[in-house]
Amino acid sequence: MEALRCDSLQKTFDGTHALRGVTLQFPSTGITAIIGPNGAGKTTLLNVITGFVRPDAGQCFLGQHVISRMAPHRISSLGLARTFQDLRLIQQITVLENVMLGRPNQRGEHLFYALFRFGVKAEEGRNREGAMRLLQFVGLPGKADELAGELSYGEQKLLTLACCMATDAGILLLDEPVSGVGAEMAPRIMKLLRRLRDDGKVTIFIEHNISAVREIADVVIVMDEGKVIAQGPPEEVLGRPEIMEAYLA
Amino acid sequence: MDYILHIIILASIYTSLAVSLDLLAGHAGILSISQAAFCGLGAYTSALLALRFGLSFLGGVLGGILTATLFSCLVSLPSTRLRGDYLIIATFAFQVILFNILNNWIELTRGPLGITDIPQPVILGLAVQSQAGFVALAAAFAGFTYFVVWRLAKSPFGRVLHAMREDQVLIQSFRKDANRFKVTAFAVSAALAAIAGSLYAHYVTYIDPTSFTVMESILILSMVIIGGPGSPWGPLVGAVVLVTLPEALRFIGLPSSVAANLRQIFYGALLVIMMMFRPRGLVGRYGFGR
Repeated sequence: MEALRCDSLQKTFDGTHALRGVTLQFPSTGITAIIGPNGAGKTTLLNVITGFVRPDAGQCFLGQHVISRMAPHRISSLGLARTFQDLRLIQQITVLENVMLGRPNQRGEHLFYALFRFGVKAEEGRNREGAMRLLQFVGLPGKADELAGELSYGEQKLLTLACCMATDAGILLLDEPVSGVGAEMAPRIMKLLRRLRDDGKVTIFIEHNISAVREIADVVIVMDEGKVIAQGPPEEVLGRPEIMEAYLA
Repeated sequence: MDYILHIIILASIYTSLAVSLDLLAGHAGILSISQAAFCGLGAYTSALLALRFGLSFLGGVLGGILTATLFSCLVSLPSTRLRGDYLIIATFAFQVILFNILNNWIELTRGPLGITDIPQPVILGLAVQSQAGFVALAAAFAGFTYFVVWRLAKSPFGRVLHAMREDQVLIQSFRKDANRFKVTAFAVSAALAAIAGSLYAHYVTYIDPTSFTVMESILILSMVIIGGPGSPWGPLVGAVVLVTLPEALRFIGLPSSVAANLRQIFYGALLVIMMMFRPRGLVGRYGFGR
């Protein structure tokens, strides 16, 4: 897996410093959690890495590629997929179609093939099967034909994960995957993240749920006021009383 | 009888225009007020190619398609950075500019005098001259437009358009270049409108810029909104309603000057009523209320 790193990232919104020279090397295996209080710059960092926000200064690298000035779709083509804090899904199409939408390089998305359908039917069949496998993986096979907007909040989180996986990306950036879900759903999502790690996916996630972070993260990055203030194994970082008291109480 | 056939032909041409716009407005969620301009490009290109170069009807149609596709890029490429109201204003600006070009480029278009004596279509050696022949041709063109739009709508390409209408940010995180889909949808929509324009020119045999004003573009958009955006029958229903019902005003016995104004009031009132009580249109799938 190509390494993801950030060098001296800076971003200001209307005079407010969201990122103040963030320099980070993300582990190229396992699960990394980014934690910190509200306004620490966690989501801005994710938005900069995935190209949805341009940094004022500094750069992001994925392997040899400088990605900090690339369009979001180009960055995702390099193998980065993400979910959003506000659970972006296409509400008016089915659960299955949402997952199929995530499949990369679909022939039928080109005008010529969409009109003349050469090989599109077979490709759609394969995509449907692949999407069903992913829905099976996240535990939503029975919801395939329901509209995405009709799922519960927790199920929508599972669906965003399936969509993310459908892109075949090696690095998954998840914005609060277990926050706000019920007591039964959180362990389900964490179990899925562990399985993804076992399958060789690199997962970087932002989370406020510290018990979830403690349970599944291999590395924890702590941010505050636009800076990285700690990085290391969870037992070490979360064991530091000043961090727990100042930022996570 | 000829009058009824004339109404059917007009309804078929407007159905083509409404269905072509539905690809943008209904499926991709991009409201555009420039469909009459693309129709005009098809009409003028086809007419000029026939009169100046003696090109056949189908050759003229092809010329219209190419011209409209090229011009669609003038709107869509700069508009890739625009969304919502700003994009609508950009399409409106294109419509106004194109009308002024048609009206003022006297050497090419003869301006307000218009182009006369446009030959009637000859397809594979068969001359289409009767009203019944034009009904068949207009219905075939509307059917072709419908086929293209629905084939695209039911493909993975259409799936991306449907997603784009809800969330352009999300599809970019799915490795999709939203701008490519936007530009392609604009081009197809413009090309289909140009086909309808070519047919119109060769049917009425006379065109001038007043046939391709911003009011026409608004009328075509109204057909999509009233019929129901993104649905198989919506644009057809919208076109039939907005072409035939105002014609009924002729039979009430009002003076023609009053009837013309009443027609505008009728469109306006119908739009307001639809927006208030049925934002998804008569048979629509999506509304514009989001």
